[in-house]
Amino acid sequence: MTDLINPVALVPTLPLLGALLAAMTTNARAGAVIVIIAAAGGFAAACALPWEMQVSVFLLVDPLSAQVALLTSFVGLTSAIFSYGYIRTELTSGRLDPPRARLYHVLLLTFLGFMLLALLSNNLGVTWVALEAATIASVLVVGLPRTENAIEASWKFFLICGVGIALALFGTVVLYLAALPALGPGYAAMSWSDLALAAPRCRGTLLNLAFVFLLLGYGTKAGLAPLHGWMPDAHAEGPTPVSAVLAGSVLNVALVAILRLRGVMDANAEAIAPGPFLMALGLLSVLLASLSMWGRRDVKRFFAFSTIEQSGLVAFAFGLGGPAATFAGLLHMTVHTLAKAALFQCVGRVAQRKGLQVFAGISGLIGSDRALGLTLATAIVVVAGLPPFGLFTSEVLILGETVNRAPYLTPLVGIGLVVGGWALLSRLVGLCLGTPTYGPGPATSPLALIPAWVHLTLVLVLGFAMPTSVVAWLGAAASVAK
Amino acid sequence: MEHIGFGAFSYDLAHLLGAVVLVLSFALLSQARVTSVINTYALQAWALAAAAGWQGWVQHAPHLYITAALALFAKGIVIPIALHGIVTRLRISRGIDTALGIFPTMALGVMLVALSILVVLPTTIQSQALTREDLATALSVVLLGLLMMISRRTALTQVIGFMSLENGLILAAVGVEGMPLVVELSVAVLVLVAFVVFGVFFFRIRAQFDSLEIRHLDRVGGAHR
Repeated sequence: MTDLINPVALVPTLPLLGALLAAMTTNARAGAVIVIIAAAGGFAAACALPWEMQVSVFLLVDPLSAQVALLTSFVGLTSAIFSYGYIRTELTSGRLDPPRARLYHVLLLTFLGFMLLALLSNNLGVTWVALEAATIASVLVVGLPRTENAIEASWKFFLICGVGIALALFGTVVLYLAALPALGPGYAAMSWSDLALAAPRCRGTLLNLAFVFLLLGYGTKAGLAPLHGWMPDAHAEGPTPVSAVLAGSVLNVALVAILRLRGVMDANAEAIAPGPFLMALGLLSVLLASLSMWGRRDVKRFFAFSTIEQSGLVAFAFGLGGPAATFAGLLHMTVHTLAKAALFQCVGRVAQRKGLQVFAGISGLIGSDRALGLTLATAIVVVAGLPPFGLFTSEVLILGETVNRAPYLTPLVGIGLVVGGWALLSRLVGLCLGTPTYGPGPATSPLALIPAWVHLTLVLVLGFAMPTSVVAWLGAAASVAK
Repeated sequence: MEHIGFGAFSYDLAHLLGAVVLVLSFALLSQARVTSVINTYALQAWALAAAAGWQGWVQHAPHLYITAALALFAKGIVIPIALHGIVTRLRISRGIDTALGIFPTMALGVMLVALSILVVLPTTIQSQALTREDLATALSVVLLGLLMMISRRTALTQVIGFMSLENGLILAAVGVEGMPLVVELSVAVLVLVAFVVFGVFFFRIRAQFDSLEIRHLDRVGGAHR
């Protein structure tokens, strides 16, 4: 019961309470303000996490979960601020009506709250329930525009992720069975912290079976190929602030679960080595996504494939094993989340301004909207992994660890990164330079770009002037999963 | 708990009930009419409720009765009635459009059952016999649910395939001794919520396309945009 009055519990509960409040508000603008306040509350509570390390029956706050929760709640906050102006524009343009705007606010906060709960929960069952609830919220929000394409996207999203999440539950049951001989019946055998400690005494054969199902299940949510089918559609059709949060949080929560699982598998002598599986799925995602980026006509779909590529790279880094690769993976996860959220915020504005989201209709952004065009260009340069930004640092670290641990794979990873980065830069030229095109939407005020600039500045700082305290903090997070 | 193994009544009955759920999964695959698919699904939910209730009795775990009750009332009664209502109200055609014929589907189903037995039995050698058999049966039900989802074209039958897959998950969860309540409850809640979600989908799909056929939904076109 003490968990209920725990400050850590505020992190997920504040957004969820906000969702309740937003559900009772009929005024769209008041709803948007509630979203911002609730997300800010969640972020403020998350800021205290590094000083609130604890392990209890239901909550697990270690550097890993604290780091990712902090990141998720931060992206949640900036997306909430961004969506204030975004939704207002959608309302005035008539693409969204007030009841649906209210539903949007409720779902956004529900989604955020359950993501944070999944991260901070110490119980595999609760993690699963939270991920499931977040999935349902995100499915509904993707279908919100109610165009034919949005409905198809959310249907596909639901079927693929529903099956994925069902397989993950089967994996959870098998994992419990594997932990029974070591921990006995009860909550201990479903606790992340106890599992990590008792891993050597678990049944190796059952761990293998559990790993396969959990990897498939959570891999679906992480968008790892060949289970990535839902992601381009969901990103392309859903409201843009949701794409920003989707790109940031769902992947990270799923990847953290996979990383913890890797720690359990590594500690058990009988179990198979999880690394090669993660590396195979990760590498496949990197290669498939970077090739798929060529020839995409839809802007948001294009960047969704880029997200799949980066998620695959993180999974690959986690698969390499060892503290240095895990550190690089976590750093990459952090900087990519920040950069991609900024990118999607710009893309959302561009789509509103031009009234469409296909490459063919957009060019010369810097000419027509200087601030927006420059921000978008910077964000694309960052995501392409060019120096001096953070993604360059993390990608170099990951490549370095690949040379150390799996040298024969280095060319493949390198090719994937170059092909993906090249696709991004060629699209940058098309979008931002050339003859300007004009659309029906309103111009973006530079103030609306502040969240994106905050993200990009953070990525810049992490790129070439990373404070030692941040290095130590990420190192501690990496060492959690051994 | 008494000794559980071949010949013990508790073992035999648990085994039988698990097998009934599995057989009904096959029955689901072989139905040619929407209404009989819904009825078969209801039967499967009753069998699941009986299996969960019996596990609660054998394991002296009263919380499993809640799982059983949820399976019986929600999945065995409420959801089938609602599905019948949808079929009547939306005037869905009574036949089922299959992507695969009945015979190839059944053959694939048998192969999936063999696969799950080959996967589960060797990995659970040290576990109790009941747990092993139960897990193999549950995995078969999960895989058959997946098969139903890919071998049927209408949204309604895909939904039922998904729900039958979830029955397999509950069968797995109740068969494991002392598993905390969290999972069973969550699955039960999930099915209800999922049904609401699906309901929303049905009405939206109906409004947009005048049909519940998935193939009308092929416009986004995967990777081609």
